[in-house]
Order: sequence, then structure tokens, then C-alpha cells
Amino acid sequence: MSTGDSFLVLSAFLASGVEFVEALTIVLAAGLARGWRPSLAGLGAATVVLAVTVAVLGPALTVIPLQALRLVVGALLLVFGLQWLRKAILRASGYKALHDEDAIFARELADARGAAHVERAGVDWYGFTLSFKGVLLEGLEVVFIVLTFGSAQGSIPLAAVGAAAALVLVAGVGIAVRAPLARVPENAMKFAVGVMLTTFGIFWSAEGAGADWPGSDAALLGVLGFVILFSLVFVRLLRRERRSVVLAVEVEA
Amino acid sequence: MSRLAAFGRFWWDFVIGDDWLVAVLVAAAIGATAVLAAASIAAWWLLPVAVPLVLWLSLRRAIRSA
Repeated sequence: MSTGDSFLVLSAFLASGVEFVEALTIVLAAGLARGWRPSLAGLGAATVVLAVTVAVLGPALTVIPLQALRLVVGALLLVFGLQWLRKAILRASGYKALHDEDAIFARELADARGAAHVERAGVDWYGFTLSFKGVLLEGLEVVFIVLTFGSAQGSIPLAAVGAAAALVLVAGVGIAVRAPLARVPENAMKFAVGVMLTTFGIFWSAEGAGADWPGSDAALLGVLGFVILFSLVFVRLLRRERRSVVLAVEVEA
Repeated sequence: MSRLAAFGRFWWDFVIGDDWLVAVLVAAAIGATAVLAAASIAAWWLLPVAVPLVLWLSLRRAIRSA
């Protein structure tokens, strides 16, 4: 397996894992508050919609010339990756609250328990739509990553393997513990995904724009190291800045 | 119409996110890379220089608006 292929599987696994953990929280909240039937029906319906999206868009992407595909996909991944990285750096430096699956679960559960019971097509409609929307929205990010990564690297199935492995792992642990996976280092995973999306985004969009990387595909490792380096430097700088601001406020008080 | 607007807003939030300036600057950097490459000038370095600057700018904007 080449460097690019290994990155592809790992990136799809990590990015999908993060999204599946969030989807699991919603499905569990819907299941515990409204019953497992509507929750699992919502999960099943959303999975079908996502599978159809992959089946339709996947083959369509393979007919686009590789350079044009890498330009568009690279640009999208770069913008998308910088969003993830920005949030992860703000969280790591203390400027944004850490993602808390337990708190989200408690909020979803309270909302779901308080909603009125309306039955449609034989299932509790609130439980169904809560689960359906949650899985669809989180799943769309997985689909986006699998399709863009896979098509630009020339192997959608390989990206799908990474996502499927994450699904099996998260679903397996979720069924076993029947609780939100609060111990998953979600923020660290999001940081890693942001780094990988940004790395692929820089590499492919430059290639798609006509630039030649010194060392060809091996340059991907150099770009990865560079993105990790400046991201960690930013975390350090912002942490130090935040600490001095907090200290100044305390002294004033 | 409202459904169409909601659909557009979803994709805007999904791809562009909280800071539209990132998308604009990334597009400009990719465009500049293409211009250099078309003129047969080495262009691979431009995005690795531009991306940290764009990210830093976006982080500062986020902190200011917090």
C-alpha cells in the first residue's frame, strides 16, 4: 500500500469515526427516550439515503478528468479541513469549549423526553426524525470525505474500507456499552482529521492547479509534517496568549 | 423558496463554515498557483506559505469575535 493509500484509509477511518460517535449519541438519545423502533427505523432510512448518494455520485466522479477533480476536491478539502483545524486549535488553546458527548447526550435526551407523541406510518415521528436527521447530517460528512478522498486518490473502495471499519468499531462499542462514547478522544481525533484534510487539500489543489511537487507523492509526508508543525505552534501561541489574558483579568479583579 | 434557501444555507454552512474569508483566500491562493504554473514558474511552495497565514488570520478573527 502506498503512502497516499495509507493516508487515505486512515483519514477516512478517523473522520468517519468522529462523525459516527456523534451520530451514535443521537441514535442512543432517540432510542432511550422514544423507543428503539423509531430510532432504528430512522437510522435505517438515513443509511439507505446515504448509500444511494454514494452509489449515484461515486461512479459519476470517476468520469471527471483527474487533474480537474484534484483541483476542485483539493480546494473543497482545504476549505473544509481549515474549518476543522480552526475549531480544533481554538478548543485545544482554550478559546472554545471542548466537545462534550455526555452533555450533548443529556440535552438530546431531555428534548426527546419532552416532545409530544405523534405517530406516523406506525412509528413515533419525533424519535424517527431525530434519529434520521442526526444520522443523515453526520453521515453526509462521511460521504463527502469518502467520495472526495477516494476519487482524488483513485480508490473510492479503499476510502469506504476506512469508513466501514470506523462504523463497525463505533457501532460495536455502542451496542456493548449503550451509552455515549464520552471517553473517545474526540477533540484529538478532530485535530488529526483537520490536519489530514488540510494536508490532502494543499497537495491536491496545488497539483490540480498545475504545480509539480518536488519528490512527487513523497512530498505528501513533508506537507503533513509542515501542517502538524504550524498547527501545534498556533496552539502553543494561543494558549500562552489566553493564559496571559486570564492572568491579567485575575490581577485586575 | 424557503426550502431552497435552507438547502443553500446547509451547503454554505457545510463547506464554507464560520469564516467565508478562508474560502476566498484559499481560492485566491489556488488561482495564483495556477497562474505561476501556467507561466512555467515553480508554484508548489505558494499554498504551504499561504495556508498557515490564512489559518492564523481566521483564528484571530474568531478570537476577536468571541
